[in-house]
Amino acid sequence: MTTSTKTRPLGPATRDAYGEALVELGRLNPAVVVLDADLSKSTKSNGFAKAFPERFMNVGIAEANMVSMAAGLASCGLIPFASSFASFLMAKSFDQLRMGVANPRVNAKFVGSHGGISLGEDGASQQSVEDLALAVALPHMAVLVPADAVAAKALTFVAAAHAGPVFMRTGRPKAALVHAPDAVFAVGGSHTLRTGRDLTIVANGLMVHEALCAAEMAEDLGLSVGVIDAYSVKPLDEASIVKAAADSGALLVVEEHLTSGALGAAVAQVCARLRPVPMAFVGLQDTYAESGTPEALLEHFGLSARHVLMALQELLVRKQALMAGA
Amino acid sequence: MAHPQPTLSDQAQLARTAWRLREDVLTMIAKAGSGHPGGSLSAIDIITVLYLAVLRHDPRQPLWEGRDRFILSKGHACPALYAVLAECGYFDRSLFDNFRQLGSPLQGHPELGRLAGVEASTGSLGQGLSIGLGMAEGARITGRDARVYVLTGDGELDEGQVWEAALYAGARQLSNLVAIVDVNGQQLDDTTERLMPLEPLAAKWEAFRWHVVSVDGHDTGALLEAFEAAKRVSDRPTVILAKTIKGRGVSFMEDNLEWHGQAPNAAQLEQALAELRAHRASL
Repeated sequence: MTTSTKTRPLGPATRDAYGEALVELGRLNPAVVVLDADLSKSTKSNGFAKAFPERFMNVGIAEANMVSMAAGLASCGLIPFASSFASFLMAKSFDQLRMGVANPRVNAKFVGSHGGISLGEDGASQQSVEDLALAVALPHMAVLVPADAVAAKALTFVAAAHAGPVFMRTGRPKAALVHAPDAVFAVGGSHTLRTGRDLTIVANGLMVHEALCAAEMAEDLGLSVGVIDAYSVKPLDEASIVKAAADSGALLVVEEHLTSGALGAAVAQVCARLRPVPMAFVGLQDTYAESGTPEALLEHFGLSARHVLMALQELLVRKQALMAGA
Repeated sequence: MAHPQPTLSDQAQLARTAWRLREDVLTMIAKAGSGHPGGSLSAIDIITVLYLAVLRHDPRQPLWEGRDRFILSKGHACPALYAVLAECGYFDRSLFDNFRQLGSPLQGHPELGRLAGVEASTGSLGQGLSIGLGMAEGARITGRDARVYVLTGDGELDEGQVWEAALYAGARQLSNLVAIVDVNGQQLDDTTERLMPLEPLAAKWEAFRWHVVSVDGHDTGALLEAFEAAKRVSDRPTVILAKTIKGRGVSFMEDNLEWHGQAPNAAQLEQALAELRAHRASL
């Protein structure tokens, strides 16, 4: 999925890591219960279903019912994890999340798999390009997007320990390992994977690897480019964003999502308030995607490392012009 | 510590209480200048019987883990819930004065976390039964014998989510779950029969594998009996189709669509309270 020569080892999909983490959580904490809406083989909650059938509820193809049920379970002191595809979970259950979960700050967790467009061939109905904007729009909701299996597993535990509602997006394809096995994650955290003097890329999910590859290609061209994994879209690690803006003077946000409403918007608000710098945004531009292989889709819709490299070069030109003008 | 068990089984006394609480409902709405009298008055006998004679709950410990749960899925009828909760001692009646005002725990529709005794945020219709499913499953998983009661409107049954929940509860034989439908025959724009007919309603619930009971929703004795009978059903959830009259107890509000969502003025309130007192005296 990248043209970089410095490839990292491919790890499990983030959904697989989530499924494994759920089983471990189930062993450690009898309060953890899991719901699914007839997609447990795809969301990977099926491992928990097999290990703890008495704590697993398959509601059938009824996402709204599942989300409200999770709210009821949480009120009994349980920690529900409800899973479906990210698009169905957010779009079909938005009112249930708003009323039953977000406003009363219910301690329930929602994990949407098949995030973004990289699920590929199933096409736009299954892809999710608005899920994060919807999740971010909900007051009190923490929104997490792991980049690899290490992050997905750790963030599942983080979500369980967090007092309040959480939405986490996982992905279908195998994800390159970008984090050390012992990396530590927190709600409101981020990981600065590289620092740069010329520009910093802020990314999450699968785009972190594309960003790293683009930064390495840029390095070959003599450019110093940083990369931040902003896995916590909300709350956002403002301090790291501001530091990167101050140190590198330009920010490029890359996300497998519409460019409006999610990470790009959040980072732009922080910069506008605290450290204005030239910015650019890589993501889907007011469009849905379509069927295709994951690789072909990321390339076609401008999300591959090659496109990230082009975007950062354009942004650098703009940055230099602004500096010259000033 | 010991938690109080419901002791009030005198149906006449329950009826007198419900008629007295109707006065609170209308006074609250009149003071606020807005609210939903019709559906509150159709539901109040049901809520009164539940809290005073059926539910195991403890107003001194609203979050007692072993409590039975009640969810007012038709959240717009919250004046009835607030009147009953205050009657039980969850909060002081003086809070009625600030119903619907800025900063009041008595929100225009019930909100979880703002008021002791409110078990779920409702008001966007169709969600209460699903939340109740979660509580019923939660009781099973945590090994408690708690029972869960959810009151929906009949117009609310237009919402598809209700039937998602009904399908699940029937399939999983959740016998600790009781739904009560306030069948007052009206929704906001029109009668249910003209706007979106529900009949045959009992057959619908039966087809979803529920035990169905039909009662007069203003007959406290019949309601008591139905709730007791539901406890004896061990292989399926129970739905009580409670036939009611919207605006019940006030001549000019009864069965009148105009009183779904408007507050009485001072003269109307005075007349209504006089009618309610006269009826209560006759009980």
